Amino acid sequence: MKDALLEVRDLRTVFETRAGRICAVDGVSVAVRRGECLGIVGESGSGKSVTFASVMGLVKAPGRIESGTIVFDGRDLRGLSPRQMRAVRGRDIAMTMQDALTALNPALSVGEQIAEVLEAHDETLPARGAARRKAIRKASIEMLGLVGIPSAETRLRQYPHEFSGGMRQRIMIAIALACRPKLLIADEPTTALDVTIQAQVLELISDIRAKLGMSVALITHDLGVVAEHCDRVMVMYAGQVVEEGPTTEVIGAPKHPYTQGLLASIPRPALRGQPIHPIEGQVPDLIGLAPQCRFYSRCTQRREACLAPVEMRAAGPAHNARCILIGGDEE
Amino acid sequence: MSLSKLLERIAQLVPVLLGVSVIAFTMMALTPGDPVQIMIGDQAITAEQEAQLRHDMGLDRPMVERFFIFLGNTTHFDFGESFYHKRPVADVIAERLPATIELSLVALVVALATAIPLGVLAAIKKNSIFDRIATVGSLLGVSLPGFWFGILLLMLFAVHLHLLPVSGRIGFDSEVPSVTGFLLIDTLVAGNMKAFGDAVAHLILPAITLGLPMTAILMRVTRTSMLEVLRQDYVTFADAKGLSRRRVLFRHALKNALIPTVSVAAIETGSLLGGNMIVETVYGWPGLGRLVVESIFLRNYPLVQAAVLFYAVTYVLLNFVADLLYTVLNPRVKL
Repeated sequence: MKDALLEVRDLRTVFETRAGRICAVDGVSVAVRRGECLGIVGESGSGKSVTFASVMGLVKAPGRIESGTIVFDGRDLRGLSPRQMRAVRGRDIAMTMQDALTALNPALSVGEQIAEVLEAHDETLPARGAARRKAIRKASIEMLGLVGIPSAETRLRQYPHEFSGGMRQRIMIAIALACRPKLLIADEPTTALDVTIQAQVLELISDIRAKLGMSVALITHDLGVVAEHCDRVMVMYAGQVVEEGPTTEVIGAPKHPYTQGLLASIPRPALRGQPIHPIEGQVPDLIGLAPQCRFYSRCTQRREACLAPVEMRAAGPAHNARCILIGGDEE
Repeated sequence: MSLSKLLERIAQLVPVLLGVSVIAFTMMALTPGDPVQIMIGDQAITAEQEAQLRHDMGLDRPMVERFFIFLGNTTHFDFGESFYHKRPVADVIAERLPATIELSLVALVVALATAIPLGVLAAIKKNSIFDRIATVGSLLGVSLPGFWFGILLLMLFAVHLHLLPVSGRIGFDSEVPSVTGFLLIDTLVAGNMKAFGDAVAHLILPAITLGLPMTAILMRVTRTSMLEVLRQDYVTFADAKGLSRRRVLFRHALKNALIPTVSVAAIETGSLLGGNMIVETVYGWPGLGRLVVESIFLRNYPLVQAAVLFYAVTYVLLNFVADLLYTVLNPRVKL
């Protein structure tokens, strides 16, 4: 893809468990362009978080990346040594986690948790001594200010439990953005928050994205969030990408029955009084999957041809979906 | 920590000590054996002399009365006179205490210095050969009885290899003026390096024997809590920040993982004092533990009662220290 900051091709991440081999990410290709916000949508277990953990090199045992390429800013991340990868993490690619309460270390002050990222990566700091400490402190205060935490000077000394949930989320974002990364992976940034705070945090991420010119990969299961904040969207199901394209197209005219189902299951004020339509059935067990369309068992439009492997098909210039109904040659 | 909380803690000591006093007194009083008879031994004395002795020791009064006399005296730190030493019990204990504290502290340091690195390593290399050896080793460490393990070490290092001394705190040829009662300090104060080396050599085997069960327990606690902490989101987040492996492990993980270790260590230090009785007896260590064992055999009531009270106070204080350390390591907890 032209102008891609991150380009993942045919990524396959597997977990060898006692129950069998789980292919959590099965041939996923994804690109994030410079400056764009890509939404990644899917249920729990769809592989969206594991895909980006793979990008960060943070897949934990017994999981491992089996194959695929991950190119970031012209560098092949899979070819980097652990040491080189550490230099990329936090500096070029940063990540926020779902719940800041568990992501922030309870035993370390907020100031220390911001300072250590700068300490690890910021090469513009003075080499050592009081000047360096002063510069780190100044940058930390600046970051807290950027995410909207008042009286940052005094709050640096405090510990995570002394902040409210929304504040903690902001602090986590401040830590992630301290080194002005090129890409922010925001893993379910709003799931743990109250509805009113959710909007604030998403606005904050959008604002900073515009200010710093960074790209954002927004992992969520909330299509409403995607509609409002993302340029493009990718829908994942059972370890595969099932649909991707510009947000307006995917949400306005979804091609894959799964995406259609997701949209139909959102309660809307305009349809008050009418029943909502959840998708029937459950996500298939990822152990021992048949080569058929993975949505087959839950699909309302399934047919014989769906039992063969289904490839991504073009549904528009930049819109693709993994469904045989596209293109009219459904045999 | 506020003053009122501190006072509350001290107030909590009162019922504990009262209960311990009752137990220490009755256990001793109900133990078969008569201190007067033991003291007389096979000397030929008259019944009047024996009655006089009994009266002098206060043992002719009813048990309940004796208990209240003991309790009353204890409130102003008068623990009576040792039957055997004919000196105030407090003095005898104070004389023996430095040897016990020295041994316990060295054992504690040895235990912490080995248990924490081993526990961390076992957690990081979970299920590796090293982890398995460490886990089996810690099981052995907890199960081996101190008196047996101590004698084994003695036979190997002192009797067969002649590498280390058999018993006591220091050789007879080392004359060191007593300043603090802690030989490691006193020898250094005297500038006598030879005596210092001798004192260290005497400490090695008892400290290992005493510290072994604690090392084993602390290693397991550290391993388990480290494994738990390494699964936490904040460790993943620290990794996502691109911090060095060392910083993630030691600053982010270990600081949290040590919270249970420190609490257990503080409480286990109380057991070190108890374990001293066996180890001090095996190694002829002139400390409080051996004194208590001897005193029990001699039915030296006042000394045993005072020592039991001392152990109880120490135990409560160590628990208090554990709580204080807990707040230092865990900012979420305020006392």
